[in-house]
Amino acid sequence: MITIVDYGLGNIQAFLNVYKRLNIPATRARTAAEIQAATKIILPGVGAFDQAMERLEQSGMREALDDAVLNRRVPVLGVCVGMQMLARSSDEGSRAGLGWIRGGVKQFASTGDARLPLPHMGWNDVRASEGNPLFSGLETDAKFYFLHSYYFQCDSATDVAALSNYGGRFGSAVSASNIHGVQFHPEKSHHFGIRLLKNFAEL
Amino acid sequence: MIKNGGLVKTVRFAEPKYVGDPINAVKIFNEKESDELIVLDIDATANGVEPNYKQIAHLAAECRMPLCYGGGIKTADQAQRIINFGVEKVAISSGAIENPPLITEIAKEIGNQSVVVVLDVRKRRGGEYSVWTHNGRNDTKRSPIELAQQAESLGAGEIVINSIDNDGVMQGYDLALAMELRKAVGLPMSVLGGAGSLADIGRLISTCGVVGAAAGSLFVFKGSYRAVLINYPGQEQKETLIRAALTP
Repeated sequence: MITIVDYGLGNIQAFLNVYKRLNIPATRARTAAEIQAATKIILPGVGAFDQAMERLEQSGMREALDDAVLNRRVPVLGVCVGMQMLARSSDEGSRAGLGWIRGGVKQFASTGDARLPLPHMGWNDVRASEGNPLFSGLETDAKFYFLHSYYFQCDSATDVAALSNYGGRFGSAVSASNIHGVQFHPEKSHHFGIRLLKNFAEL
Repeated sequence: MIKNGGLVKTVRFAEPKYVGDPINAVKIFNEKESDELIVLDIDATANGVEPNYKQIAHLAAECRMPLCYGGGIKTADQAQRIINFGVEKVAISSGAIENPPLITEIAKEIGNQSVVVVLDVRKRRGGEYSVWTHNGRNDTKRSPIELAQQAESLGAGEIVINSIDNDGVMQGYDLALAMELRKAVGLPMSVLGGAGSLADIGRLISTCGVVGAAAGSLFVFKGSYRAVLINYPGQEQKETLIRAALTP
């Protein structure tokens, strides 16, 4: 069962609706027991990094999530701030991240002559690394919706699953064995996002 | 625009014409793959009521594109509650003008990127612009430039400039207003009010460069009798339009 972590942030229902449309069973989890039953996990997230981490820590699901992802190796997909939470830390806050993928979260540089409007907001191209199953069957000009001012900087280039360009290239998706993250919002990205969520369900 | 729970479209902020059920409209815009939806409850502030959370949650769940909700938001808690339904952005207008620190408070809770300040603008007789609130009934006597710059410095993530004079008229955007604002603020900006054709959108983009082009009537009416028919340009049509507009 695809389990969407409901710790009070993010559009749980939008994911459930996409899976309902795809005829793929999905549910929300609010307790550790529900995480223990998961075979796929989606970690959504919106807003500020510290607030998201604090809410997750207080949800009572943190340990069950660590166990599912790190020991049982359940596939997990972090979305937006949910992706940034996979990192060890973020420039946006002072709390520790989940630390599941080696890297940190950085703010886009907004200095110099060509002032970069922040946040990076809107539809943008996503170039996936060849053979990444999350992006299988997607058009090469697939577009996804972004809304963020911080991005995931992987320690290792091999963990970068897709690149996008905003005043320079940045990693818009990460993958390391069973752990995945996307900076954009697949649940808000029309048929491109539906395809990606279907691919995740089929991993 | 939402009024009494139904979807309406106005002309110069008056004559609300019923367009249909909001959820049904969202479903059609899903199929049309619209870039983004802005839903503004035009009763909430004017009637002094809370946002209709039940309806917002329902809209957010149906919407497969980014959604911005505005109407009646006066506190950071309300904004947070709306974001937690999975709405990407909240729009504030009178709340931001009457109580500017609200912008910072909301931005702190939900992130700058999700705070949209909507400025409803009317042109005075003398030609200068003034921002109005409460659905066009209350003249703040403040200039849109000054309020936009204030919003930017207080942490807003986006500005929506809505021309009351051009609302629903479908004769083109107020390009002079758009240009003034574009020069005055660095934030992402969307322009609303007046689009009657895709060519109007082209003119806006060729005048202002990269800017959000928003429209109501254009996407819900068909023909000179304003028959309700939700429509939206296809991906290719949109890209051709934008490419042409950005080519010097």
